[in-house]
Amino acid sequence: MSSPLHELSIDSIRAGLFAKNFSAEELARQSLAYAEAENPKTNAYLTLSPERALTAARAVDAKIAGGEDPGALAGVPIAVKDVIVTRGLRTTCGSKLLAKYVPPYDATAVIRLEQAGGVIIGKTNCDEFAMGSSNENSAFGPVRNPVALDRVPGGSSGGSAAVVAQGTALVSLGSDTGGSIRQPASFCGISGVTPTYGRVSRYGLTAFASSLDHIGPFGKTTRDAARLLEVIAGHDKMDATSASAPVPSYVAALDGNVKGMKLGLPREYFEGLASETGDLVMAAVEALKKLGCEVRDIQLPHTPYAIAAYYIIATAEASANLARYDGVRYTTRSTAAGTLSDMYRQTRDEGFGDECKRRIMLGTYVLSAGYYDAYYLKAQKVRRLITRDFEQAFEQVDAIVAPVSPFPAFKLGEKLNDPTAMYLSDIYTVTGDLAGIPCMSVPCGLTAQGLPVGLQILTRHFDETTMFRIADAYEKASN
Amino acid sequence: MKITEQEVRRVADLANLALREDEVARMAHDLDGILTHIDKLNELDTTDVEPMAQVLFDVEETATLREDQERPTLTNADAVGNAAVTSGGYYKVPRVIER
Repeated sequence: MSSPLHELSIDSIRAGLFAKNFSAEELARQSLAYAEAENPKTNAYLTLSPERALTAARAVDAKIAGGEDPGALAGVPIAVKDVIVTRGLRTTCGSKLLAKYVPPYDATAVIRLEQAGGVIIGKTNCDEFAMGSSNENSAFGPVRNPVALDRVPGGSSGGSAAVVAQGTALVSLGSDTGGSIRQPASFCGISGVTPTYGRVSRYGLTAFASSLDHIGPFGKTTRDAARLLEVIAGHDKMDATSASAPVPSYVAALDGNVKGMKLGLPREYFEGLASETGDLVMAAVEALKKLGCEVRDIQLPHTPYAIAAYYIIATAEASANLARYDGVRYTTRSTAAGTLSDMYRQTRDEGFGDECKRRIMLGTYVLSAGYYDAYYLKAQKVRRLITRDFEQAFEQVDAIVAPVSPFPAFKLGEKLNDPTAMYLSDIYTVTGDLAGIPCMSVPCGLTAQGLPVGLQILTRHFDETTMFRIADAYEKASN
Repeated sequence: MKITEQEVRRVADLANLALREDEVARMAHDLDGILTHIDKLNELDTTDVEPMAQVLFDVEETATLREDQERPTLTNADAVGNAAVTSGGYYKVPRVIER
């Protein structure tokens, strides 16, 4: 059995629906059947949603039959990371605590993609509350990388990357706080996009670190990811941090022409890199030169401090955001406890996995009396310095190109026992989140072992268009 | 060590986590690793740097304000529907004060 989506794109699904080559319902049924058959290999889906998918698909077919516009994502099978709430459809956040949580409302991004004719076929596995770089922190078992089943798909949006690579969904939604979209996209060999902070409403995204959280798209191609972002981006009155800047048509700008574009190569991002990864990234940079880009060396001197600043800020915010899981409002309560205080403590000890506990502890520690200035305030100042590095770089260049991860997908279990080493592997991705700038991973080849490597492209606030143009031009030239 | 087991217990208490004894020792070890790395920040002089709490954009001051109008909300059943224990449309929790 091969993927029914293998040869398809958002554009070709639309064309196929109008030409009556297939119906949205047929495509949804085939995708669901394929997802069900393939899922035991990867564990990428936590929940399939056949009823919701078929209802949405039939609505698309009815609109086409009635001569109405079925929407920009008509009939497209889409998977949604399980930290994004879906009304009436279980949303676990990869946590035992929320194993039975059925949200009473939809996230804004979910509403928008369904209004555009998108067909949600399931919810994807992820690290618990999006905390992890390997998808091994899920309470429901790890996800396996469809490219190499003994390896991790990356994290935390590992399931959302795996389903697109596997062809069980055409595109998907993930979330990114420190690299959780770009790193799994690079490990699975697909496009993954972290838009500008505030570009996509977070209403309905389970909060991890509120000053860093983003929702973003995955696609087999940059074009599909750009199309999905067009649909979900834009101001939302339900999210006070969502930006009101108008959303341009990203796809309309994909003309393959990047002549004269200035790209910056930050030397700090090439230290401590696996040599094969560095070679593939540099080959992609050479290819962009051939397309007419001007490449120059730049400096982002505060990069070595990014992990320290990030893990202070992210865990501080997480310790506050995860305080709500106390056994009262969200489904799971310890039965061991007598008093209210014991009930909170026991529920949280039994419910949270090791990584969540570590981050709650670190976050509580850095915010606790006597440590605030030394840790939290210091980290916020360093965040400013990292952001200034980018602002200064963007005075000289239109975009920055860099690796996504120091190495390709590693074996399951390989890095589980050394949390600090796992944190350090996020070095090239946390910087974009700290500055809030758009950044993405686009595939740039395979290692000798056949493992995908990603090229990271970062641009100015709200300049997703330039980022997509570079990624798309590179993709077209390398195919 | 950057953090003692005693401090781990104190922080767990602040965070409402009832760590088991074996968890306390492992947590001290794991936190020590990342706190040692975090020390790197002391290499930087940040005296005159403005802290950055949020990625902010220029918006009108009233951008996040709206008219205070009545609008539909979740029903009571939806609001308490996911709770572990409810009673009469309320969340039910164990006794807080011993009598």
